[in-house]
Amino acid sequence: MSTAAHAATVQPKRRGLELALLILAWGLGVLGTLQVAWSTGEGVHPRFWITASVVGAIALTTHLIVRWRVPYADPFILPIATLLTILGLTMIYRLDVAAAQRAERNDNPVTTPDVYDQLTWYAFAATLFILVLIALRDHRVLQRYTYTAGLIGVVLLLLPLAPIIGATVNGATLWVRIGGLTFQPAEAAKIFLTIFFAGYLVVTRDSLALVRTKFLGIGFPRARDLGPILIVWAVSLGVLIFERDLGTSLLFFGLFVAMLYIATQRISWLVLGFLLFAIGSVGAYLLFGHVRTRVQVWLDPFAYADTGGYQIVQSLYGFSNGGLFGTGLGRGYPDLVPFANTDFIAAGLGEELGLTGVFAVLLLYAVLIERGLRIAVTVRDPFGQLLAAGLSITFAIQVFVILGGVTRLIPLTGLTTPFLSYGGSSLVANWIIIAILLVISHRARRPAALPLSADTAPTQVMKR
Amino acid sequence: MTEFALTLLRLAFLGALWLFVIITVVALRRDLLQPREARPASNRPVKPAKPAKPPKPPKAKKSDRVGPSLVIVDGPLTNTVIPLGTAQITIGRAPDSTIVIDDDYASSRHARIYPSDGGWIVEDLGSTNGTWIERTRITQPTALTPGTPLRVGRTTLQLRK
Repeated sequence: MSTAAHAATVQPKRRGLELALLILAWGLGVLGTLQVAWSTGEGVHPRFWITASVVGAIALTTHLIVRWRVPYADPFILPIATLLTILGLTMIYRLDVAAAQRAERNDNPVTTPDVYDQLTWYAFAATLFILVLIALRDHRVLQRYTYTAGLIGVVLLLLPLAPIIGATVNGATLWVRIGGLTFQPAEAAKIFLTIFFAGYLVVTRDSLALVRTKFLGIGFPRARDLGPILIVWAVSLGVLIFERDLGTSLLFFGLFVAMLYIATQRISWLVLGFLLFAIGSVGAYLLFGHVRTRVQVWLDPFAYADTGGYQIVQSLYGFSNGGLFGTGLGRGYPDLVPFANTDFIAAGLGEELGLTGVFAVLLLYAVLIERGLRIAVTVRDPFGQLLAAGLSITFAIQVFVILGGVTRLIPLTGLTTPFLSYGGSSLVANWIIIAILLVISHRARRPAALPLSADTAPTQVMKR
Repeated sequence: MTEFALTLLRLAFLGALWLFVIITVVALRRDLLQPREARPASNRPVKPAKPAKPPKPPKAKKSDRVGPSLVIVDGPLTNTVIPLGTAQITIGRAPDSTIVIDDDYASSRHARIYPSDGGWIVEDLGSTNGTWIERTRITQPTALTPGTPLRVGRTTLQLRK
């Protein structure tokens, strides 16, 4: 009886599938890099196989740690994150080659490649990923640090404004420089703030959801319950005004509104959030020149093709040059876009892999986010549900904002493309998010001591 | 590298990228569409419990070992079996309940079931919609007899010896 009951809840762990997908991801990296080396005429770098083995070793280590610490975790998340990181490394290598060849043609000084930096960051991110898996047995302990996390999150957000360590790069004050090392504290802040939002909403969601006054057929919250959303709105605006960082501001406000909606299941919060967003954007448009420029460039980039619209115009040319199947890695001109390896890495992918490749990458993000939300549906405790949902939503917002910007669907705002973009802070933060998601997933899918509720069951079709 | 080989390589890369996506989606689809009851059957033959069990000879021995249990016979968690030990069992919407029922008609801490003199007592914990044994709403701790339906919100439970 008890064995039968157990068997009913034991899920296939699918770790073999995970390993197979990881090997495929590594193979794709090798294939892509070789393709770059051959088609640019650069030739295979003498250190290539060492680099490839290092990447393979990191991926294998993360897989083994997952097998050891969180054997029931979702099998798709790790391979997708790894593949996106590897695609990023390939593209960054591709851009290094382009930069080096351009420098050689123009007799400029030799450029330093970025790919080894990024590889180091990947190794560091994987180390932190492993540390989180080892140190965090149960995601519910994070709930204890709700307000600590909130405080750390806000401090991290404001850190770039601090007098000595704060740094302004390309017009946005979102960097911190300590010694020779720079990082974007906002990337770490998004993890802390998601923990804070989740912990806070678990406690307050009943009063936020239930007490309402009816207006225009929709129940709206009482004025005193509006406090938190107004505070987050004000902080987001503060980030926008003082740090001039549209992307981060949008990310935090969107994240909070989405989590409010998930916690309370009230449309009115979305309506309110959208209204506040509208007020904020119109205000920002009227008050700040840099916001106005962004919108004008978005509406008519070709009118500013030589000035503010140069980047987006080059990006659009890149996509169009790529067409359906792309020029092939190493055959396009992705380096013509300024910041090709950070904000505009998707433009490079669009040019060299074409629509087909971009769709594949978008599907990878879609599956990653879907798995994250599925964890939120599966896990039993409300804190875990909100945390998993919130962390997945950060990916969703980031991908939408930056890819929407690069393809001129929405005004361009600077955010990193998760896992793909060159940049350590973003890569490390995203890998920590993956680790937390895997811990929650492990607890959601592992067989319960008692076969109790349907909520502990693994993935399932939700009937609503 | 000839142009032809490079084109092949380029298509091979896209093909491999899509292979990854397709493997993922196919595996996901299997994960999603398999009905929950049917899934263990693919790993190991587990019979659908109730009808097959009673006639079996080892049944007596097994149930001795397992002891009495609480079976959910109606509601969203139908066919869930909760072995009864020496600890009390709480029922409600609160996430720390032993049986968490997601039901608008149940209270956070709805009822508890605790052992007493070899039997089991059910007690309503001040729920809004009440705890019912057959057609009567209980007002005080009541002994649970095997086979009688106990209703909490939209969930019906039964004690099985």
